[in-house]
Amino acid sequence: MKRAFPILAVLTALLLTYSTYQALVVAPTERTMGDVQRIFYYHVPSAWTAFCLFFVNLIASLTYLLRKSSKADALAVAAAEVGVVFCTIVLITGPIWARPVWGIWWTWDLRLTLTLVLWLIYVSYLVLRRFSDSSQTPKLAAVLAIFGALDVPLVYFSIWFFRTQHPQPVIGNGGSLDPRMLHAFLINLFAFSCFGAMVCWWRYRLELLHREVEEMESLESLRGVTQ
Amino acid sequence: MSLLRSITLATLTKDIRLEWRSRDAINSMLFFSLLVVVIFSFSFDPNAEESREIAGGLIWVAFLFAAVVALNQTWARELRNQVLDAYRASPAPANALFVAKALGNFILVSLLEAVMAPLFMIFYNLRALGPAWQLIPVAILGTWALVVNGTFFAAMSLRTRSREIMLPLLLFPISIPAVQSMVEATRILLAGDGSARFWIVLLLTYDVVFTTACLALFETILQAE
Repeated sequence: MKRAFPILAVLTALLLTYSTYQALVVAPTERTMGDVQRIFYYHVPSAWTAFCLFFVNLIASLTYLLRKSSKADALAVAAAEVGVVFCTIVLITGPIWARPVWGIWWTWDLRLTLTLVLWLIYVSYLVLRRFSDSSQTPKLAAVLAIFGALDVPLVYFSIWFFRTQHPQPVIGNGGSLDPRMLHAFLINLFAFSCFGAMVCWWRYRLELLHREVEEMESLESLRGVTQ
Repeated sequence: MSLLRSITLATLTKDIRLEWRSRDAINSMLFFSLLVVVIFSFSFDPNAEESREIAGGLIWVAFLFAAVVALNQTWARELRNQVLDAYRASPAPANALFVAKALGNFILVSLLEAVMAPLFMIFYNLRALGPAWQLIPVAILGTWALVVNGTFFAAMSLRTRSREIMLPLLLFPISIPAVQSMVEATRILLAGDGSARFWIVLLLTYDVVFTTACLALFETILQAE
């Protein structure tokens, strides 16, 4: 597994280079929005990666509660941290696009609000992990992850109903999509998924090593006490 | 079932009696929410016609902040003489303790609302234009939504550093849909535009989902040490 990592990293780097070339050079410029539309090739794949990672976090948290495996917890930490980073990218690139196109930085639209609330929930998850230093942190964090997951559909419905009362700018403009645009988008989606998975895997291994070191240190100090 | 009920009742009466004798939580909550209401009155012109539009938000935010004051003290009493450890060692079901604590907080926050809501009405010259009786289910469901998760997260933050600040950090993100429902329902009922049914149903769903989740997971949290 350790050997596989550099190969995967090189492949991901190549893929990202290719996808960037596709997004910035090959894909045609959008007629009404202009070049700023190209941010979509990064914005949407980041969102997709973030949501996938949050889902991985939920599955890992459930696994931890059922099996009590330390590896599942390490995966949950890694997925949540990397997910928050990607979610932050989404929340930053969104307004950059929205300002010239919609004329506003932010609107309380369904997708925007849902992403923001999800980001808030996962930041609170990371804060909990940070502030809790007992050996029970994984258990508390896993429970919070489940609460967060239960919250998402409720947030969805509350904003969905709110939105039907207050019309908002519409995303998605119909019409036909240039095949080169679709190609660039799909390549970027794939590249970002690989990138997210790679970073998450790296963070997961780091977390395992970190725990190993901690365990050895506590054993060491215990030995010091007994001598 | 009778064991569950008797333990719940015993814990609840004990908490209420302690609170009745000291009146620590209720007094600090009342004064705190009074301060919030007064500060809001200075920040937003309470005599404006729009006050009906924003009052729902103000009143619930004031209650949310005040509830955190009470929720933070929920478990502190049990920590002092290792009561929680004794409880953990006893064969009493964990959920009885949770239900008792949640009900205790519910009574406390309801009491606060009963005192503060009329005051709020006076300060902001409010008069409900919609069906006012619907404010009662909104208040009951909304208070339970805050209290059930608040009691749970307060138990969770016992294991963390600086636990007083931890509770709102955990509680607020999860409470966003509940707060939005309470605020919207109250606004609709005060301004009398449309029906608040969707928001009441959403609050009910929130309550059912999270009460179930709390009861299912509280044992895990209580035993985590």
